[in-house]
Amino acid sequence: MKKTDALIIGAGPTGLFTAHQLKLIGLDCEIVDNLDKIGGQCAELYPDKPIYDIPAVPECTGGELTENLLNQIKPFDIKFHLNERVDEVKKDGENWVVKTNNGTTFTTPNVIIAGGVGSFEPRKFPVKDCEKFENQSVFYSIKDKKIFEGKTVSIFGGGDSALDWAVELSKNSKVNLVHRRDDFRGAQATVDKVRQLAKEGKINLFTKSQMTAIKGEKKLETIDITSDDKEVKTLKTDYALGFFGLIMQLGPIANWGLNLNKKTIDVDTEKFETNQKGIYAVGDICNYPGKLKLILSGFHEGALAARACFKLARPNEKYRFEFTTSSKTIKDRLGVKSD
Amino acid sequence: MTKITYITHDSKTHEIDVQNGLTVMEGAVQNDIPGIDADCGGGMACATCHVYVKEEWLDKLPKKEDGEEDMLDMAFEPKKNSRLSCQLVVSDELNGLIVNIPSKQG
Repeated sequence: MKKTDALIIGAGPTGLFTAHQLKLIGLDCEIVDNLDKIGGQCAELYPDKPIYDIPAVPECTGGELTENLLNQIKPFDIKFHLNERVDEVKKDGENWVVKTNNGTTFTTPNVIIAGGVGSFEPRKFPVKDCEKFENQSVFYSIKDKKIFEGKTVSIFGGGDSALDWAVELSKNSKVNLVHRRDDFRGAQATVDKVRQLAKEGKINLFTKSQMTAIKGEKKLETIDITSDDKEVKTLKTDYALGFFGLIMQLGPIANWGLNLNKKTIDVDTEKFETNQKGIYAVGDICNYPGKLKLILSGFHEGALAARACFKLARPNEKYRFEFTTSSKTIKDRLGVKSD
Repeated sequence: MTKITYITHDSKTHEIDVQNGLTVMEGAVQNDIPGIDADCGGGMACATCHVYVKEEWLDKLPKKEDGEEDMLDMAFEPKKNSRLSCQLVVSDELNGLIVNIPSKQG
């Protein structure tokens, strides 16, 4: 079991800056995130889109913001647990015991939820019966491409993931590529490649079409796709792969006994504490009168929650407010020279 | 104020007076109309404010930007009359607009 002063759930900008604030005041922390990368929505939804309302940063992309925040916490040794989703948070005396889906367990007096709008999960096929085949013949990501060799694979989607896999799998499999419109949003070079392969008969391209049924006794046998003109085609297929991007789900957070308001968590504006002592919520996921879903609000919320953590992590010490410009202690923590 | 009608998946009709300048998404969220999540807050980055626009309104609405069509690829059951409600700014021209909210957003 890992012991830490504070566990942060979510490695988006708010989680990262909250970690900075915790380390600055002398607390340690670890960060868990369900995504395979650091940056949260900034990395997943808009890595290349410019942001114009970060104070003192006239313009930066989601990717650059993440990079800068990582630079800012570089002086500190912060352990990240990526690809892990926190499933369980349970009270144990004065502490919280936190378990992830990978079995990592933490014990900590403070849990800071900086979870954005929950965890990112793949968007699934709207056709209900797809659930029956999920992880056997219906997939939303590929772990081992070998299983598709010599088989028929129907790929759905119009972005880079769908196109890249269509190109890759067309080498050793029979590939159907199905998309709801004629345009693809993937990189132009890949789109060209797909069209070329379609011309050569190596990819069967079905545009303006979507899946409307999935059938099979023990295993997947056929899927129906319906075009915009209501024409139904039945395709024999061994596998169906959906690449529709990610959606945010509140997920297990809903089961932790917190006061929820739609997909957000009610907090006070002094500590950003939830109705559970020692559990805080900051950033997009928290709710209070006047809440603004801006990155800058998350920074403020994280700074205050970090101070609240101090009381529970160091019950016998007194937190003393200090400026980074003048405090020798803080400069030592940052590893910079004092004047 | 402009009248916008939201029809939820259970066929309930919600007639709402929405202030001009707000988006059709904001009109729904502020009036607690269920079914519009708007996870990204109106940034055309998530497709969870997806609605179906009544056919006769399709041509009267401002055209989609490229980014909107891209995001609609990821919407739950997109159709020809799909729009992201965060991209529809309410004005007098939209008075009487009817939108259907899908059964779910993801």
